[in-house]
Amino acid sequence: MMAVRVFVPCDTTALAMGADDVAQRLLNEAEQRGLAIELVRNGSRGACWLEPLVEVETPDGRQAYGPVSTEDIPSLLDQGLLEGKREHALALGNTEDIAWLANQQRFTFARAGITDPLSLSDYLAHDGFRGLERALTLDTQAIVDEVKASGLRGRGGAAFPTGIKWQTVLDAPAEQKYIVCNADEGDSGTFADRMVMECDPYMLIEGMVIAGLAVGATQGYIYVRSEYPLSCRMLDEAILRAEAAGYLGDNLRDSGRRFHLEVRMGAGAYICGEETSLLESLEGKRGLVRFKPPLPAIEGLFGKPTVVNNVLSLAAVPFILDKGGDAYAEVGLGRSRGTLVVQLAGNVKRGGLIELAFGTRLRQVMEDFGGGTHSGRPLRAVQVGGPLGAYLPESQWDLPLDYESFSGDSAVLGHGGIVMFDDSVDMAEQARFSMEFCKVESCGKCTPCRIGSTRGVEVVDRIRHNQNRDANLALLEELCETMVDGSLCAMGSMTPIPVQSALTHFPNDFLRTPDANAEGESS
Amino acid sequence: MSASIEWSSAQVQDSIDALKHKPGALLPILHAIQQHIGYIPDGSVPIIAKSLNLSRAEIHGVISFYHHFRTTPPGHHVIQVCRAEACQAMGGRQLEAHIKDRLGINHHATTADGGISLEAVYCLGNCACAPNISVNERVHGRMNNTHFDALFEEISDALHTQTLEVK
Repeated sequence: MMAVRVFVPCDTTALAMGADDVAQRLLNEAEQRGLAIELVRNGSRGACWLEPLVEVETPDGRQAYGPVSTEDIPSLLDQGLLEGKREHALALGNTEDIAWLANQQRFTFARAGITDPLSLSDYLAHDGFRGLERALTLDTQAIVDEVKASGLRGRGGAAFPTGIKWQTVLDAPAEQKYIVCNADEGDSGTFADRMVMECDPYMLIEGMVIAGLAVGATQGYIYVRSEYPLSCRMLDEAILRAEAAGYLGDNLRDSGRRFHLEVRMGAGAYICGEETSLLESLEGKRGLVRFKPPLPAIEGLFGKPTVVNNVLSLAAVPFILDKGGDAYAEVGLGRSRGTLVVQLAGNVKRGGLIELAFGTRLRQVMEDFGGGTHSGRPLRAVQVGGPLGAYLPESQWDLPLDYESFSGDSAVLGHGGIVMFDDSVDMAEQARFSMEFCKVESCGKCTPCRIGSTRGVEVVDRIRHNQNRDANLALLEELCETMVDGSLCAMGSMTPIPVQSALTHFPNDFLRTPDANAEGESS
Repeated sequence: MSASIEWSSAQVQDSIDALKHKPGALLPILHAIQQHIGYIPDGSVPIIAKSLNLSRAEIHGVISFYHHFRTTPPGHHVIQVCRAEACQAMGGRQLEAHIKDRLGINHHATTADGGISLEAVYCLGNCACAPNISVNERVHGRMNNTHFDALFEEISDALHTQTLEVK
């Protein structure tokens, strides 16, 4: 009898929801029952609300069950799990037909959850390294031109055109250039970078090798935050295997060209997601933000021309080189071309990773995909774009998800994180937290950010406790202006965005005194 | 049980020598030391400084800049509680208060028996299944007071067993 292939994901979300125990129980039960199964630890499809999502391979395609707990295993096996039967309450039918997945447009995350993340043969069987093979036949300018044609913009948040950045590095004469991948994904509500690294690491490696070929860099670094130890381990292993197979090293696919790649772990500093702070950290220093200019593209890592790109920007590159820049640019809205990877999080019923063409409305994502709040209470505020992004009230939920629409309405799209809050949220407390977070994570180089955030916490506290409230509200406005105008980087200049949005859209929350017990507390 | 952890200069020097050839080697070296010893002892700073031809102040400056590096021994188990927005939206603040209460300590502290250290963290990257904590780098999603109490029992039992074994 052929062993039935059963898939149990192995990314952080699946593991956090008990996937290892589910896998072990499945193996034990199958053995006891004399059933032959082949367990595959695949990546996650990104439907976090269904994790652990167990799949079974059948002649009719992969059948899904979820969310599965260890206690469900006996009844699942009783009711024909291994034949892919759909009787069990957790049966979801064909994985490909689950509306939540089927309604997405997956360019970058086409393989995630389907393959074993570390299997090179899986990667190759699903279009892997085709972009690199093509890049090896092109000259440097042709690769950069392809990326320019795609309209790809930096997915870290600043949305700077990737092709222009690459052109600058290509045109900078230097003996040594670097490709640096910013995998310091610190924004709450975001996990797409982590999913790339844990579910499809070769895609990132491929994107970085292509970037190296495009600009003439032979060394790359992936700077991963220390909160992602699993991502580091997956990448380390993937790099070893890619080296052994000639996709990294001194002679890429016998082309005579070389590219080396190394993972570097951050150390718990949000500010190191800012590119110049990241470079300082990679150089072994305190992560203090640098003045710009010079741009990192001219004087970056160790003073050399450096491409610093977010994980998602680099992960989009293999598709662009394989299918063509035009194919990528075909979808999108206005100047935001291609797909946006939305991460739906917080108080949401069906959260997870959703890849869509730019232009979908925020409300559609939260309702059609998200299914409303997890608590079942009314949705009240949504923070889009991480801790430096605005809190949006209902009047802004019909904004289309693209960079210009958001920035035109005092909102931030950033790295695509969407954090939903129900009506129990106290927006004055959220505003206080924004200031507190800046206080904890400021690099300290510039005064508006370092001191402004400390004073900001104090001023919000005085407002909340009705101490000279009107004067302090005016003071908070002024303080926010100073931080916006006077800070060196986005940390200080954008911290006021969530604060001001809370003040503008939820003013009444600042007019009531908080419960003594529910007081936000500094760590 | 005491949380003091033995370390030797030779051990530190080995970690340094294995990595110092790398460009920008300081962070990898600090990670290696913390991984082997559990923290970065004050006494290792002059050794690192000498090996990298940097001042002790520069090494200290880097260690103190990053939240991840610790200069005192951790407890046997390290619990991180996410304080960031996605977890807040799912009752993270109440969970945090419960955990502090249960352990009887604040963030960046270790229980008196050296058993458990508590750390604040800003995002563990599991934001669609909030609130989250991690125990010894393993993330636990959809955490609540009851689940935490069960985890705490498990950890306490494990600690008790370890103590007996040591004796």
